[in-house]
Amino acid sequence: MKALVWHGKEDIRCDTVTDPEIQDPRDAIIKVTSCAICGSDLHLFHNFIPGMLPGDIMGHETMGEVVEVGSGMDGKLKKGDRIVVPFTIICGECDQCKRGNFSVCETTNRKRHLADKAFGHTTAGLFGYTHLTGGYPGGQAEYLRVPFADATHIKVPDGIPDEQLLFLSDIFPTGWQAAAQCDIVPTDTVAIWGCGPVGQMAIRSAILLGANQVIAIDRLPERLSMAEAGGATTINFETESVVDRLNELTDGRGPEKCIDCAGMEAHVMASQPDTVLDRAKQMVMLESDRPHVLREMIYVCRPGGIISVAGVYSGFSDKMPMGAFMNKGLTMRTGQTHVNRWTDDLLRRIEEGEIDPSFVITHTVPLEMGPEMYKVFRDKRDSCVKVVLKP
Amino acid sequence: MFHFSNIVRSEGDPKIIEGGPSLKQPEDQLARALGWFSIGLGAIELFAARRVTETLGMEGKETLVRAFGVREIFSGILSLSVDKNAGLWARVGGDGLDAAALLSGLTADNPKKGNVALALLMVGGIAMLDYRVAQDTKPQRPPPDARRKLYPGRSGFPKGISATRDRAKDAINHIPANVRS
Ligand SMILES: NC(=O)c1ccc[n+]([C@@H]2O[C@H](COP(=O)([O-])OP(=O)(O)OC[C@H]3O[C@@H](n4cnc5c(N)ncnc54)[C@H](O)[C@@H]3O)[C@@H](O)[C@H]2O)c1
Ligand SMILES: [Zn+2]
Ligand SMILES: [Zn+2]
Repeated sequence: MKALVWHGKEDIRCDTVTDPEIQDPRDAIIKVTSCAICGSDLHLFHNFIPGMLPGDIMGHETMGEVVEVGSGMDGKLKKGDRIVVPFTIICGECDQCKRGNFSVCETTNRKRHLADKAFGHTTAGLFGYTHLTGGYPGGQAEYLRVPFADATHIKVPDGIPDEQLLFLSDIFPTGWQAAAQCDIVPTDTVAIWGCGPVGQMAIRSAILLGANQVIAIDRLPERLSMAEAGGATTINFETESVVDRLNELTDGRGPEKCIDCAGMEAHVMASQPDTVLDRAKQMVMLESDRPHVLREMIYVCRPGGIISVAGVYSGFSDKMPMGAFMNKGLTMRTGQTHVNRWTDDLLRRIEEGEIDPSFVITHTVPLEMGPEMYKVFRDKRDSCVKVVLKP
Repeated sequence: MFHFSNIVRSEGDPKIIEGGPSLKQPEDQLARALGWFSIGLGAIELFAARRVTETLGMEGKETLVRAFGVREIFSGILSLSVDKNAGLWARVGGDGLDAAALLSGLTADNPKKGNVALALLMVGGIAMLDYRVAQDTKPQRPPPDARRKLYPGRSGFPKGISATRDRAKDAINHIPANVRS
């Protein structure tokens, strides 16, 4: 089959690889009908997250049709079912899964000794996402083996196009969890850093969860226009002072809830000198992340407020203003998304026409064009916001 | 065909049968080579400054050579990173500094002026290469003033934004606070 394979920094190729096989009774194989490129894939493209090996298949936003199941499926999944695959592989049985903390499932990381060392405790196995999280082959491919498939799936009905359902795999529940973690009350101002696909979903989620005011921050006109279309007031961090504008828009109080949808690769620019210093340190491996957004959120958040982090951080961040964080009494909530905790509710909202997540797609191309699209998405060429690939 | 990366695959996982085209262009490979060259030269300047000044008949300039070594190493690391274009421009600038320093050693009374002239020639050649690769690896990001497609019609709410807002406010007012999260 064809698959997008990681070969090193900025080198992804569409290779021909052997087809996946059932390895365990709880496995299923799906024929992929649609998959997408995520902002997290860009961190891997840049080799900023350790643990990738040449030959790893990329991709964790995937859906398709079940073509083969193992013998231990217990009737939970059968040939012909149409499923969206959550990017977090879950067993459904461990203590964490039972609590709904799916992204920290204790069973599914097959290389847990690495994660135990790196993070103190293992987290869930993830598709197409470094050997720290299991090194499972990803879904930017024609076929995908889904381990623990009896639990790791979201069944979706026929009659709704792929485009509306695909993002249940990651970015829609990710934006939703980011907003849900904020415990939004009707008087809240929610500020969202980053208007990429995750930020766009967080904006819609904050609106659906009843925020009084949603403010979105980015520098790309096309993404800001999409944010505005979704009901946000926008700030361009390249031309305006984010802190001044946020205070202006909240009568000097600061936003009660702040969401990071930018992550470890904050834009580097001279007018934000800390980003230049972070970039320099990152290069000589003194720091792994560029946490400008975290610093800014802590500084501007209203005392007593909540900081919700959806953006991915990989290792160590310097100069965190813990003084402000502690004295202002802030709460920080983070995490890879507990996808299946939210998807029943979100699927219902899609079915009832409350939201149509396909608004975010700007490019749909054949899988073979995937490698080039990594560059287009990374360089923000052609007003690209979200790429869907068709095997 | 044998693919080295297949060695580390877990049993049963897909293995590469036939490789597709690489995203890397020849200029990317050149940038990489120049990056490693820069680090190598930098290490020599940093750790064997004495040898360098002796060869060039410029004894006494060891501190300058070491500083240049550090500069070379940094622009080398930058040339190997995702910001390679910045690294290559740093190299072009560095080539200018190298040339200026060498010119100051090209005096009639320097017994090693032949070596200095040779070094100058080499710097000139490398500078031309640095400049070409810097041109060729220019990021393909659109310039800030480029015309962009905008998406003012993409709310994502089939029922419209204001109806959605009203419904949401309604819903949130009917949930008791303790079951919200
Ligand atoms: N927690 C999870 O489970 C999860 C899931 C999916 C993605 N993510 C992460 O979410 C982040 C965003 O993903 P995406 O797909 O939207 O990626 P993206 O790269 O398209 O979007 C990031 C956006 O942040 C903006 N940005 C950069 N610096 C900024 C700054 N200083 N202030 C404000 N905005 C800034 C960029 O312009 C860009 O539009 C990534 O870090 C990704 O890894 C997390
Ligand atoms: Zn993702
Ligand atoms: Zn589990």
